[in-house]
Amino acid sequence: MNPIPTEDRTLIRQFIIENFLFGENPGFADSDSLLDAGILDSTGVLQLVEFLGSAYGVTVLDGEITPANLDSIDCLAAFLERKKAAREMESCPEFL
Amino acid sequence: MSTGAATAAGPLMLDAAAETARIEAAIRRLVFHRLKRRGAVIGVSGGIDSTLVAYLCARALGPERVLLLFTPEDESSPESLLLGRMVAAALGAESRTEDIGPALRGARCYERRDEAVRLSLPQFGPGWKCKIVLPVLAEAEYAIFSVVAQAPDGGVHRARLSADASLGIVAATNFKQRTRKMVEYYWADRLQYAVAGTPNRLEYDLGFFVKNGDGAADFKPIAHLYKTQVFQLAAWLGVPEEIRSRPPTTDTYPLEQSQDEFYFMAPLEQMDLCLYGWNGGLAPATIAPAAGLDEQQARRMYRFIEGKRRVADYLHAAGLTVDTAE
Repeated sequence: MNPIPTEDRTLIRQFIIENFLFGENPGFADSDSLLDAGILDSTGVLQLVEFLGSAYGVTVLDGEITPANLDSIDCLAAFLERKKAAREMESCPEFL
Repeated sequence: MSTGAATAAGPLMLDAAAETARIEAAIRRLVFHRLKRRGAVIGVSGGIDSTLVAYLCARALGPERVLLLFTPEDESSPESLLLGRMVAAALGAESRTEDIGPALRGARCYERRDEAVRLSLPQFGPGWKCKIVLPVLAEAEYAIFSVVAQAPDGGVHRARLSADASLGIVAATNFKQRTRKMVEYYWADRLQYAVAGTPNRLEYDLGFFVKNGDGAADFKPIAHLYKTQVFQLAAWLGVPEEIRSRPPTTDTYPLEQSQDEFYFMAPLEQMDLCLYGWNGGLAPATIAPAAGLDEQQARRMYRFIEGKRRVADYLHAAGLTVDTAE
């Protein structure tokens, strides 16, 4: 698997800081749970989902709204990569 | 939720006689001496919490010093008013009915709510009914609302709500609780009474109330009681069976909606025990068996409680000032 692009992590972190931390960066690790850190609540999760849609064209299905996919920058970046990879496979001529 | 059968057991069991006496003495102290008011206004919904508060206030202050207020609106269950009148008759207390439907229509409560629903369910229109629901906590960790709507032809439609739709629907329906509180305070001012709040401990601790709506009150006599303790005291005081057996409902949406569908995501008996465990510093593994959960589920409940308590912080906060007045 290709390494997760740094620019994706940076963009996600920037979105979280601007929208949930009001521009103030207290310093949190990519692996930190956004729920446990009190950074995100359930409405915030929806806003994150909408961000993934608007920034990356990714549709998050109901069953994919889980902490395993969304609860840290690591999880978000990995989830994004899987969604992108799945989209590329669907559009690959060999599979049409 | 199983209702009258959900009596307190184990650590939640109370000495009903002693506890009612203690609460009634506190009501007299708070209303007469601390607040210096002549009696109490209680918004009675026909549910068990407001009924218990009405009983306690009538016993503490005298039925001649309580006013029971019924505030139906366009989408209220007719059962609420029937049960409320039953309480007034049982207590021999004065009651008044104030229809808040016109006020809500004037504030465009219903229109705003429906506009917000259409953000996620564009076909929602005249003649449709709806409610918003959360997943069961055992199956989902995020409290993501879906709207469940019934079309005039009876067809049921469901859609996950966007963030804007969720916020818009809740903001609009909050008009209901805030308008009720406005009417309660009219009567409190008119009669020099205190407004009694009716949250139980689950609701108070976990933020199941509207800021400056049902969350506002001059005194809250059952805010320390877990839901199963509310049932226990209500049974001891002889609250009618029809009220004790009525499933806890929000009575806020046109489609009937239970409290665990809307907020708690788990049966109220389980939530009671988990909150008791969390408040007492018990490990999830310790409380899990009593709550009928495995350890992982209990951990999930604790996480849910911690999240809701963060929400409740904002809801409880009084107006903040830059400097503290000495």
